Amino acid sequence: MNIDYSQEIPAVAGRLTLAQIEELVAKPMDTKPDKKFFIALTISGSLLMLGAVMIGLSFYYGTGLWGNNQPVGWAFPIVNFVFWVGIGHAGTLISAILFLLRQKWRTGIARFAEAMTIFAVMCAGIFPVIHTGRPWLAGYLLPYPNQHSLWVNFTSPLLWDVFAVSTYFTVSLVFWYVGLIPDFATMRDRTSSKLRKTIYSIFSLGWRHSNRHWTHYEKAYMLLAGFATPLVLSVHTIVSFDFAVSILPGWHATIFPPYFVAGAIFSGFAMVVTVLVFVRKIFDLQHIITIDHLERMNKIILSTGMMVGYAYAMEFFIAWYSGNPIESFVFINRAFGPYAWAYWIMVSCNVIFPQFFWFRKIRRSIPLMMIIVIFVNVGMWFERFVITVTSLSRDFLPSSWAYYKPTLVDGGILLGSFGLFFTLVILFTKALPVVSISEVKAVADGAQPTHHGGEHHE
Amino acid sequence: MNNEKKLYGIAATFKTPDEIIKAAKTTSSAGYISFDINTPYPVHGMDGAMKLKPSKLGFVTLIMGLTGASIALLLMFYTMSIEYPIVIGGKPFFALPAFIPITFELTVLLATLSTVGTMIALFFRLPDNKHPLHDTEYMKSVSNDKFGLVIESEDEKFNETEVLNFLKKLNPLTTELVYFPQEEAYPILQPKFLLFLISVAIVVSGGTYFSLNKLLIITPFNWMMDQEKVIPQKPSDIFADGRGMQLPVNGTVARGFIPYPYAGQTNPVEVLANPTLPTKENLELGKAKFFTYCSPCHGYFADGDSRLRGQFPNPPTLHSKRAKDFSDGMIYHIITNGQNVMPSYSSQITRDERWAIVNYVRVLQRAKNASDQDLIDMNKEAGSNVAN
Repeated sequence: MNIDYSQEIPAVAGRLTLAQIEELVAKPMDTKPDKKFFIALTISGSLLMLGAVMIGLSFYYGTGLWGNNQPVGWAFPIVNFVFWVGIGHAGTLISAILFLLRQKWRTGIARFAEAMTIFAVMCAGIFPVIHTGRPWLAGYLLPYPNQHSLWVNFTSPLLWDVFAVSTYFTVSLVFWYVGLIPDFATMRDRTSSKLRKTIYSIFSLGWRHSNRHWTHYEKAYMLLAGFATPLVLSVHTIVSFDFAVSILPGWHATIFPPYFVAGAIFSGFAMVVTVLVFVRKIFDLQHIITIDHLERMNKIILSTGMMVGYAYAMEFFIAWYSGNPIESFVFINRAFGPYAWAYWIMVSCNVIFPQFFWFRKIRRSIPLMMIIVIFVNVGMWFERFVITVTSLSRDFLPSSWAYYKPTLVDGGILLGSFGLFFTLVILFTKALPVVSISEVKAVADGAQPTHHGGEHHE
Repeated sequence: MNNEKKLYGIAATFKTPDEIIKAAKTTSSAGYISFDINTPYPVHGMDGAMKLKPSKLGFVTLIMGLTGASIALLLMFYTMSIEYPIVIGGKPFFALPAFIPITFELTVLLATLSTVGTMIALFFRLPDNKHPLHDTEYMKSVSNDKFGLVIESEDEKFNETEVLNFLKKLNPLTTELVYFPQEEAYPILQPKFLLFLISVAIVVSGGTYFSLNKLLIITPFNWMMDQEKVIPQKPSDIFADGRGMQLPVNGTVARGFIPYPYAGQTNPVEVLANPTLPTKENLELGKAKFFTYCSPCHGYFADGDSRLRGQFPNPPTLHSKRAKDFSDGMIYHIITNGQNVMPSYSSQITRDERWAIVNYVRVLQRAKNASDQDLIDMNKEAGSNVAN
């Protein structure tokens, strides 16, 4: 292998001109949706409907339709919540952390990943609310002066969750929208349809690509990235506090915050790769979302996968090293107890399969990478299942031990959340530029001044 | 305003980023101040070429971030330490470590929202879809892949022909005169706009009213409240007479209840014997019950001095010979059965309490007719010689 590491791989392949980049990205919005689009929308829409009906049934008959019962009260809803919040984290990582690290290749995938963040957090938000069983009382989660003269408990991790997830959603949405403003303006100036021009004009706020604006805009983008970075770390840290601040063996662990954050990035990147593989193919974006992008994401999957594997091993080590018999019991029970099947699915999908990414050929092979990232998605869902269910199903009192089984309604709601996610993703690909036009233009070949005129530059 | 179009500025487009940097430098060195560069993406080095000062947006972020942190801490301090302090998990009322997550989240929330809001509304003066540059060929090309320069007519040095010549020298792709739009920029008093404002106001106020007063306290399902059950004092479909509360079946005996064999007799031939002993507890119970039920008419010392101020006939004193000669059972019978205008107290005073009252009445009768010897005896018992 003779790769020249002294030169950065170009962020945009194929020497596209600025106008060609715009043409490529805007094409899905300029053309009428084809048959494939409607087939995809029908499938995801049906899943969404299924989920809506299942949630409707749960509202009507009550949460007794779910498998949740003593001692496993935190079953599917919390598993799905943590899973979806985790999926969202890759988007912020790509858009904010890689921005601060000046990674040019992020421009091709940042918009899409941010959109996935927003959709994933929307999916996540459903679950804690329906898990309360009285979703119409969710307003009480906000601290407002009320007739009971009661306040929320600001020292509870569950309330931190409310603040963390809602802040995360708001900030991601704002970050996403700020990035979209120049692209709305570009779309406004491209289109000839009066209706679309009106819509794009409203959303572009009358952006004029003025450099007097760009200078503040770039500053704001950096400030937002600077805030989003600790925010994304805080969100999954706080989600892990839901578990770690309790006193249940298997949850009560100081490793949880970093372990959860690594797992979130791991699962998020897997989901981004899963979706981008299709998007770049369907919308002919191979030059903008190149195989190099996918390879880099696979490298991140490999490294975060090993962090997660390290955390699994460390949990066992600490259980043994602490000499706490209850802690040891919990982990032996996890690996060899009634939920051993789930545990070994988790370990094989999250730790063993990603090891194939050590090979460059596999990292750059689309079918193989698809198989591995889907395994990672499955494995990370099972990680949350294992953590939540095994600790609860065998708690302190052996007389109350029970084997948790989800019901069909539980499964329907989970499928429904995937339906919501993919419906939003599919609509997004047709409604908005899936790649940031202005950012990709800025990193294209010859887009920046050469400064070869002998003039100094800052 | 006369019919003549008002000039906004003169625009020129260029093909490469190098050219636009050069054009910007030339323009600013030529002394123009009101000019702008429009590029499809931020071009590096342009701020220096245009001699722009660094953005002051960071100060807004800093101030609003600190405001967010203070609001969060003050809110938590007020609610959890002052207004409604509760001990939770043994933490102090001001549990700073547990307040950090929310402080952080509110800092981020306020800082980001205000940064973006300030930038858009105050720094950019957006939304502004009526700007003269909109819908010009110039805007369409800089939106795509050209790099543009506008020198605005409000610049002090602006002179149409001079500027046009100046721009031509820079070797642009195109030049364009941009005029202000003819109609008034913000026709605020248009009926359409007013209608829009009114409908927004209605929707917002209606929505707020609905969510705060209805939605937030709505109870979609109240099956647990609407159960088939008897509620005291309420009608019920379960019974034929439509009442929730029913008389007990004939012959029902309440728990702990022993039927009184002489009920209804005015002058019973025989009465019950007193089953209780006048212990201290018993007499105290009798005193309390006597005060509650008997003293309103009979007086605190059973003198027949009613506290009812003549609203009910006064009973005779209980210190009469007749009353003193009553057996315990006879007094019990009178309480249970009633006598003359005195009603029966059997439903209000339990059996044991009635006997306690009987014992207390005996104490009163004795106390009212005490002899000197009693005082001596009492002092002897108490071990004191106060009376001597």
